[in-house]
Amino acid sequence: MGDVILTMKGIDKSFPGVHALDHVDFEVRRGEVHALMGENGAGKSTLMKVLTGIYTKDSGTITYEGKEVSFHNTREAQDAGIVIVHQELNMVGHLTVAQNIYIGREFKKGIRIDDKKMNEEAAKLFERLHIHIDPAETMSSLTVGKQQMCEIAKAISRDAKVIIFDEPSAALTEAEIEELFKIIRDLREQQVGIVYISHRMDEIKVITDRVTVMRDGAYVGTLITKDCTKEDIINMMVGRVIYEDPKACSAVAPDAPVVLKVEHLNAGRMVQDVSFELHKGEILGFSGLMGAGRTETARAIFGADPKESGDIYINGKKVEINSPQDAVRNGIGYLSEDRKQFGIVVQKTVAENSTMANLENFMRGLFIHKEKEAEVAQKYVDSLATKTPSVEQLVVNLSGGNQQKVVIAKWLVKDCGILIFDEPTRGIDVGAKNEIYKLMNRLAEEGKSIIMISSEMTEILRMSDRVLVMCEGKKTGELDIQEATQETIMTLATREISI
Amino acid sequence: MGKNDTPNKSIVARLGGQKVIVLLVVVALFAFFSIASPNFRKYNTVLSILDYSYYIALMAIGVTFPLITGGVDLSIGTGLICYSLVGGYLVVHKGCPTIVGILVAIAFGLVIGLLNGLLVALMDLPPFMATLCTCMITRGLGALIVNRLGISWPTTGSEGSWFRDIFKATIGDMKVPLGFLWVVLLVALMAFVLNHTPIGRYAIAIGSNKEAAVLSGINVKFYHTMAYVISGLFAGLAAVAYSAVFATVQPGTGAGFELEAIGGAIIGGVSATGGAGSIEGSLLGVFVICLLKTGLPYIGLQANWQQIITGLVLIGAVLVDILKKKRSGELKAA
Repeated sequence: MGDVILTMKGIDKSFPGVHALDHVDFEVRRGEVHALMGENGAGKSTLMKVLTGIYTKDSGTITYEGKEVSFHNTREAQDAGIVIVHQELNMVGHLTVAQNIYIGREFKKGIRIDDKKMNEEAAKLFERLHIHIDPAETMSSLTVGKQQMCEIAKAISRDAKVIIFDEPSAALTEAEIEELFKIIRDLREQQVGIVYISHRMDEIKVITDRVTVMRDGAYVGTLITKDCTKEDIINMMVGRVIYEDPKACSAVAPDAPVVLKVEHLNAGRMVQDVSFELHKGEILGFSGLMGAGRTETARAIFGADPKESGDIYINGKKVEINSPQDAVRNGIGYLSEDRKQFGIVVQKTVAENSTMANLENFMRGLFIHKEKEAEVAQKYVDSLATKTPSVEQLVVNLSGGNQQKVVIAKWLVKDCGILIFDEPTRGIDVGAKNEIYKLMNRLAEEGKSIIMISSEMTEILRMSDRVLVMCEGKKTGELDIQEATQETIMTLATREISI
Repeated sequence: MGKNDTPNKSIVARLGGQKVIVLLVVVALFAFFSIASPNFRKYNTVLSILDYSYYIALMAIGVTFPLITGGVDLSIGTGLICYSLVGGYLVVHKGCPTIVGILVAIAFGLVIGLLNGLLVALMDLPPFMATLCTCMITRGLGALIVNRLGISWPTTGSEGSWFRDIFKATIGDMKVPLGFLWVVLLVALMAFVLNHTPIGRYAIAIGSNKEAAVLSGINVKFYHTMAYVISGLFAGLAAVAYSAVFATVQPGTGAGFELEAIGGAIIGGVSATGGAGSIEGSLLGVFVICLLKTGLPYIGLQANWQQIITGLVLIGAVLVDILKKKRSGELKAA
């Protein structure tokens, strides 16, 4: 490890309603691989976006190569030698590999772009990195893993002094990860400072020199990797006091019938061989880190995304679900994590939204039976305690919590026995959260069966009767609420890989 | 790593993909009409097809750029008439030399193109809306400037008609479609711009993945604007071609021209959602449309059939594009 090349001190950043970064400190030395870890929403990506000029900090200082700096965009950061390999691919599919690597800084011969030279330079770069990709290949014809390698090559080709890898291994195969580690070790030899963001605990142990842990937007501490255990890191990541009491034990009778059984469900990379059972009156929590495949699993069950294989049984009977219509017909309701985009039509009234999934029961001939619609909508406004002046109010004028209740009403009107709540309290304030929780408990008591996908550990522990943990598209464990703790869940949610 | 995931390219793909198919369609259409109707296979028919193709081809060259950025330019049809009216007005009613009228028409196209570009790239208007608005504006403006009267550019033989010879020269007794030469040269020039200069490269990047273009530090607003400037410039050039071929220009016309140019570009392989396309392909697509329009009356079908058949051909072209995308999407997921 060399001298310190980059120091971030007291970085503070707020977004409306969220204190995203609370006086965070972070440093990188030349020739070290420094892991940045934390749960979903701990502020890792935000910190790196502040560093590379995507966000502007509210306060704090960034010192780079001895000088205080403040970048206004990624270009300025790149020119200074700080590059970020984004988690999501930023490639132009219609251009070739070489054209992508040198985009924005093409070699030119007069006004003509010199594609030949770009191909040659890219080939040299690949040779140095031991990557086997034809630079003249069209980007969109490569696998995601190879595209990711191109993205990394692009970052390296800028002669960077600090490279940030934001979950680089998520899309890579094991063999590709080994290639990546070789590249990272080479870069370390060349005194490049590397920030490595990953949830994979074993990768952290293998490749990094130091680990900095963040929690809830704050700096927790920095450890020397070889002197600490996986448990040390997990404890630092989750060491939050839980304010709401977790559920003491399951509220489901041991002999409650299985209402939904999923066997060997496969749908792309994000859903691999997932099997589970859901009992009547149960709240089954789906836990895992970002990108674990929880939403993808729910969408595959709901028929919103195509599945490759797997069987679904409802009340013991095998059913074919190939579209959301099929799912709704079988009594499954899905409450999307993105209400505005998928759950409700904000420019329509409460009444219209309530009957949307079940309009055929509200028809009189060719026309919608407005009175019946209003009557039923009012019934659910009352029973769910939705705060709205009338059922004729436009949904756009309601608060987040009340919008969520309208979505719930929609599926209750349809009389769905199985409800999938995807991040049910995202963007909802604390008071309304409690109401949603009470409502979910009441629904479970009334015999509805609930799958609750949540990234909030406290929510999982407070609401679930049983917790299913996923990691990278696979189910990694199932815990009864009595066995479930932050630590046991986090251990299952961070993948073990053997290198 | 190690496993070779380069898709096996078909012979068609290796020869240039959709372009080859469209070229075959052009040849087949020509052969079909020639066999079906003796009148069709006359030199004069070829001349009139070419005459008719120039302005659509020029519009198609230009509009290929906004299409590749994932946008569209609906203002080129009515714009063409507007530019031609304004240029012709200066020549006929204000006594300006023909060259001034021509240059004003081209410059006017450039200005409207710039306006479209600024609306789309800087003000973030959806391209469909921005250019629909300028389409209406140019339509009204053209009529207003000439006081709703038609304009006749100098006809052959009269003073200042030299520019007509640029498109159709008479050598001896032979009429030579010189315009085709200019169109081909401009196609070659703009194909170079599309494939080998930043203007083209970044147009593709914007249409394919705008976010990636922004994050690569490209001045996306500038290059996005340039696509519309090129479209406007070529609408101006198309106005000159139209004036030279038809001489008489009526205000209030021109709506629908843009659809033939856009249709031609899409048939020629420009992706309806942006990111891919070629200038050569767009030109070939225009010839499909022109052949149908000119050829169908020769086999006893009304010209209206051309619109129906063009519509069907377009559906086919867009379906091919979607299929291509689906297939490459599957490849990526594999």
